[in-house]
Amino acid sequence: MKKSYKIEVDCANCAMKMEEAAKTVEGVKDAVVSFMTQKMNVEFAEGADDKAVMQAVLKACKKVEDDCEIYL
Amino acid sequence: MNKKQKKVLYRIIIASCMMVALYFVPVSGMFRFALYLIPYVIIGYDILRKAFLGIIRGQVFDENFLMAVATVGAMLLGVYEELTGGDGEFAEGVAVMLFYQIGELFQAVAVGKSRRNISALMDIRPDYANIENESGGLEQVDPDEVAVGTTIVVCPGEKVPIDGCVTEGSSTLNTSALTGESVPREVSVGDQIISGCVNLSGLLKIQTTKEFGESTVSKILDLVENSSMKKSRSENFITKFAKYYTPAVCYGALALAILPPVINLLLGGPAYWSTWMIRALTFLVISCPCALVISIPLSFFGGIGGASSCGILIKGSNYLEALAQTSCVVFDKTGTLTKGVFQVTDVQLPTSNPLGEAEEARQRLLYYAAHAENYSSHPISKSLREAYGESIDNDKITDVEEIGGHGVTAKVDGHNVAAGNAKLMQKLKIDYTECDGIGTVVYVAVDGTFAGAILIADVVKESSKEAIKALKSSGVKKTVMLTGDAKAVADYVAGELGLDEVHSELLPSDKVNRVEELLAAQGKRENLAFVGDGINDAPVLSRADIGIAMGAMGSDAAIEAADIVLMDDNPLKIALAMRISRKCLRIVYENIVFALGVKGICLILGALGIANMWMAIFADVGVMVIAVLNAIRCLKVKM
Repeated sequence: MKKSYKIEVDCANCAMKMEEAAKTVEGVKDAVVSFMTQKMNVEFAEGADDKAVMQAVLKACKKVEDDCEIYL
Repeated sequence: MNKKQKKVLYRIIIASCMMVALYFVPVSGMFRFALYLIPYVIIGYDILRKAFLGIIRGQVFDENFLMAVATVGAMLLGVYEELTGGDGEFAEGVAVMLFYQIGELFQAVAVGKSRRNISALMDIRPDYANIENESGGLEQVDPDEVAVGTTIVVCPGEKVPIDGCVTEGSSTLNTSALTGESVPREVSVGDQIISGCVNLSGLLKIQTTKEFGESTVSKILDLVENSSMKKSRSENFITKFAKYYTPAVCYGALALAILPPVINLLLGGPAYWSTWMIRALTFLVISCPCALVISIPLSFFGGIGGASSCGILIKGSNYLEALAQTSCVVFDKTGTLTKGVFQVTDVQLPTSNPLGEAEEARQRLLYYAAHAENYSSHPISKSLREAYGESIDNDKITDVEEIGGHGVTAKVDGHNVAAGNAKLMQKLKIDYTECDGIGTVVYVAVDGTFAGAILIADVVKESSKEAIKALKSSGVKKTVMLTGDAKAVADYVAGELGLDEVHSELLPSDKVNRVEELLAAQGKRENLAFVGDGINDAPVLSRADIGIAMGAMGSDAAIEAADIVLMDDNPLKIALAMRISRKCLRIVYENIVFALGVKGICLILGALGIANMWMAIFADVGVMVIAVLNAIRCLKVKM
C-alpha cells in the first residue's frame, strides 16, 4: 500500500534526513520525500497499520528535524 | 514570502541595523562582546537551538552544527583575545550567521517561487463541477462526487472538470494547459472531451464517462506531482556525498585546529593556537554543502516543470537525466510518425475516362466510390466519404452487394458501380490500368468501364521529417522504425523521413525482440528511447530505457506504461524534450563543478590562512545564491 502525505520542511538537507528517518521505521517498506513538492510518499509493508506506522514516522522525523511537520 | 520567512527577514534587518550601529559605537572590552551578543542571538538563536538539539539526539554534522560551531568558536576566540589583552573581533561571528540566514532565506524564497511557478503552469485542477438541479438552476458540486454518466454543464471560461462526451452545445476548447498547443480545438455534440481543457465560447453539456479520480486531469496532476519522487543519479550522488562530506570536513577542521599547533610545539616553536583556530573555523564555514544539496533537486524540478508547460510530462528526474544520453530512437510507425488515419492520397484517372474532364471527373469518381462503399464499415469507406466531403444520399444507393475479399458492387443513380481491389476488376472482366502507388488501391468501374483508381494511405505527419532531423542534430546516432505494415509502405515512409533502419511486417512480439537486439547493440552509457502511440505498445514501452508515449489525450494505457508522455502527438516534442534534458543536466553539472570547485579552492586557501572569514562567507552563501539562480534557469524553455 502506498500513501502520499503533505509535509512541511524548510531545507533540502532536512528533507533528506526525514527520508532517511522514515525509511528506518518498522512497517515502512520505502519512503521518498520530495522537498520541492513538500510531499512524502510512503510504501507500507504487508499488513502494516498505516495510521500507527505514520505516528512512528512522524516521531522519527521530529527527532531528526524538529521543525518538520507531516499532515496526517 | 510566508509568515516564517517574513519573521526571518525582520530578524535579518534588525541584526544588520544593530551591526552597523555597533560599528560606530566606541565601546571596548567585555561590554563590546555583550553588545555584539544581542544581534548574534537575534539572528542565530534558532540555528543554535537546532544544533544543540541535534547534538543531544546524536544528529551532528549538519549545516546547523557547522554554523553553530563556526560562529560560537569565532565569538569565543574574540573573548579570548580580549582576555589576553588583545583587540577581540566579534563582528565576523555575527556576520557569518547573518549571511547564512540571508542565504537560507533567499533559497527558501527562490524555491517557493519556482514551486508556485510550476503549480501555476499546471493550474488545471478544477475546483467544482456544475450540475443542473430540478429547478433548472446550476449547482456547484465537488468533482469527486460526480458519478459516471452524470450530465454536467461547463460554462464559457470554466475548466472541464471530468472526462466526458458532449451531449449538447458546441464550443471551442483551449487545450494549452494539457498539450502546450495554443490553437483552440472545436468540439460539438458527440465529441469526446478531456478534463483540464478550458471552455472558451459556448455552453456545453457533457455526459461524464469517467470518475474524477480516473479523469485525465487527475492522472496528469498525479504524474507531475510525483515526478520528483523518482530521483536521478545526480541527486542520489549528492545525498551520498553529503553523508560523508560533512563529517569529513568537520574532522578536517578539527585536525586543522589541533595538529599544526601540536607539531609547532613538538618542534619547539610557539603554538599559534588562535591562528589555527581561526583557520579551522573558516574551513567550517566554507565547507557548508547547502549549494549542492538545494540546487540539484531544484534544477530537475525546474526542468520537469518547464517540460510540462510544453505538454511533455516526465515521470521522474531519473528519466529526464537518462534522456540526455539517448543515442538511439526507435519509432512505431502508425500513429507516431504517421497520422494513423487513412486518407485518400491520390486519384488516378485513365487517359480516356468516361466521367468527363479532370477536376470534375475526380469528384465524380469519389462520389461513386463513396456511395458504393457507404454501407461498408471498413476504414477505407470512411476515408472515401471524407475525401468526397459532401453528405451521402442513401436513397441513391440500391442493390449493394459486398464481395468478400474483393470489394463492393452497387447501383448509384441507376449506374452499376464496382469499387474494390484488382481482383474485383479481374472478376468482372474489366480492363483496368494498374496503379503502383504505396497504400491501398480502390479501383472503380462505372457501367462496366474502368473509371479510375483511388489511392488510400496513412499519411505522414507534417512534423515527422523535421522531428527526425532535429533528433539527428541533437546527437541521436540512430533512428529506427518498427512496423507491422507491409515492406513497401514501410520503406516508402522511412525513405521519405530519412530514417536509418526499418523493420517491417512485425508482429507485436517481434517488436520487443527487435528492441532487445537494439538494446544489446547499445554502448554502456547510451540509452534507447522507444516512441509509440501507446496502443499495444506497452511491452516495448516498458522494455526500452525510456518509453515515450504520444497523444496521451485519451489513452490511459499510454500514461501507465510510458516514462515520458507527450500530450499532443507531435514528434518534434521528442527533440525538445531532449534539449530540455540536456540543458537541465548541463546546469546540474555546472553547479556541481562550480560549487565544489570554489569550495575546494577556498578550503585550501582557508587552511593556508590566505582566505579570511569574509571569503568563507562568499564561498558558502555566495556560491549557494549563484547555484540557485543558475538552477532556476531550468524552468525557462525555448520552444
